[in-house]
Amino acid sequence: MSGLDQLYQQIILDHAKAKHGFGLRDAAPGAASADSHQYNPLCGDEVTLRAVVTTAPDGTAAPVVADVAWTGEGCSISQASTSVLHELVVGLPVPQATGLVEEFRTMIRSRGQVEPDEEVLGDAAAFAGVGRHANRVKCAMLGWTAFEDALSRAVADLFEAAPQPGPPAVSTTTEQENA
Amino acid sequence: MSAPAVDAARVGDPGGSEAGGAAAFSDDEVAAVRARFPVLSRTVGAGHALAYLDSGATSQRPDSVLDAERDYLTRSNAAVHRGAHTLAEEATQAYEDARAAVAGFVGLDDDEVVWTRNATEGLNIVALGLSHYGIGAPGPLALRAGDEVVVTEMEHHANLVPWQQACARTGATLRWIGLDDDGRLDLDDLDRVVTGRTKVLAFTHASNVLGTVNPVPRLVAAAKAVGALTVLDACQSVPHFPVALRALDVDLAVFSAHKMLGPTGIGALAGRREVLAALPPVVTGGSMVEKVTMESTTFREPPQRFEAGTPPVSQAIAWHAAVDHLSALGMDRIAAHEHMLTERLLAGVADLPGVRVLGPTTARDRVGAVSVVVEGVHPHDVGQFLDNEGIAVRVGHHCAQPVHRRYGATASTRASVYLYSTTGEVDAFVETLGRVRGYFGAA
Repeated sequence: MSGLDQLYQQIILDHAKAKHGFGLRDAAPGAASADSHQYNPLCGDEVTLRAVVTTAPDGTAAPVVADVAWTGEGCSISQASTSVLHELVVGLPVPQATGLVEEFRTMIRSRGQVEPDEEVLGDAAAFAGVGRHANRVKCAMLGWTAFEDALSRAVADLFEAAPQPGPPAVSTTTEQENA
Repeated sequence: MSAPAVDAARVGDPGGSEAGGAAAFSDDEVAAVRARFPVLSRTVGAGHALAYLDSGATSQRPDSVLDAERDYLTRSNAAVHRGAHTLAEEATQAYEDARAAVAGFVGLDDDEVVWTRNATEGLNIVALGLSHYGIGAPGPLALRAGDEVVVTEMEHHANLVPWQQACARTGATLRWIGLDDDGRLDLDDLDRVVTGRTKVLAFTHASNVLGTVNPVPRLVAAAKAVGALTVLDACQSVPHFPVALRALDVDLAVFSAHKMLGPTGIGALAGRREVLAALPPVVTGGSMVEKVTMESTTFREPPQRFEAGTPPVSQAIAWHAAVDHLSALGMDRIAAHEHMLTERLLAGVADLPGVRVLGPTTARDRVGAVSVVVEGVHPHDVGQFLDNEGIAVRVGHHCAQPVHRRYGATASTRASVYLYSTTGEVDAFVETLGRVRGYFGAA
């Protein structure tokens, strides 16, 4: 497989076209949601992502990620990674979803050194090759950073039972994801 | 130090072959030019020859420039303008010789070139200086509420953001000259934008995105008619065709060493000595002062007035070698070579389906920075695909978001040629670009 094909695995090219979860939808009644807007000032890529959480059906377990809705534009890596995120985390209990984000970040930041656990990461394991391209790390993390940000505030809203989430936070991350 | 003889009629003319003078380099000549640049012989990825088409971002450096810096550091390295020892004498001489050489390269005298960290810093020195007039005794150039600063819609952020800030500080208003659909300044309403309220007209000589070379004489005439200061961003012109700033009649200009075979870390703010003399310093400290007491300080004359702190000495010396290298080859021949490559590049991409050029589609009044939007494929992906074949281009917004927005894009892919670029590299870029949409399923 050429270096290019290792980076652009078919799974990634497919997700970049499919864009699962694309389009901002309103949260269902009773759910809590928060938006996060992430922007990469280097290339102009941006994503606005809405994380929706609900209490677990039995009311005792951890809240559940009910939806990840997003819009934005960017390269195939950023679009595909956000699409994969949607596929992986919707339906997961929040602690598992945040664990997955950590797992993904560790893989991306490892410069190709960490062998991805496909059992855990599923389609996201296809992004392992991105870590070897320092300039693309930010692309792969764009949607996941937005999710992490939106999720924490959506969960806080759920627990505070605040009827109206606040205005969407806008953050321009300048942190080097590969630092 | 006298300026080299320059044909005023050709000053600022990037046309090269159009001007009827110099010829493009022959294949043998290009090979000889390239042999002086060590990096050009490396390979990329799976053994691909490097096709470096990103000189608009930063140029490569020839052995003469690398050697000059090393020779200085291994023989004469010392603090300049102080110390009485032999090394300090040699260092100071080499450092000031460099200033004269760079000044001469753009048709100015040595006291009309201020060393800066880069071109961006040069523009900030001007924008901040004009703002600071409001603090001390106001000078004739001081920006005040009611004044207007005019820029263009094709500026690099470095020639836009400092003016936005200057206006915010002083209450002046920022206005701009728009662009037509072909990537040129829309000068139809120049008289309505540049008016009696205009205090500064700051514009780029050549756009780093569109490649457009702007009509400096017409803009300078408009500014002069209303008594406005002219500030020229010459970063994409001075490296690529003969530029004589005095003949162009601009008040101030900036350009950068690393885009013209020199090192990073040094740029120039250049211009009329009387304008520099009217500009207050914004960075103060050692080296730029005359008499300092515990209560107050008097400042030196330009250029030292703007050069607080330890200067970039070895960089200045390397830049001297760079302008010598360019002059020895001849800026008119370099311009002709790039003109030929630009025509070939534009003709090549014009035939590609789903590829749109931002900027003029002919090489007239244009430098060899060609930015394209590939339908259905993001520039980052385009750049990655090209890199896989050893072709280095710039992707993104190239520090010029407004001009991208003007043409309905957020980012683009830019190929930019220089004296060492070849027809083979241009052809490889075009051929590879033609396969991008197929790979990403956009064709």
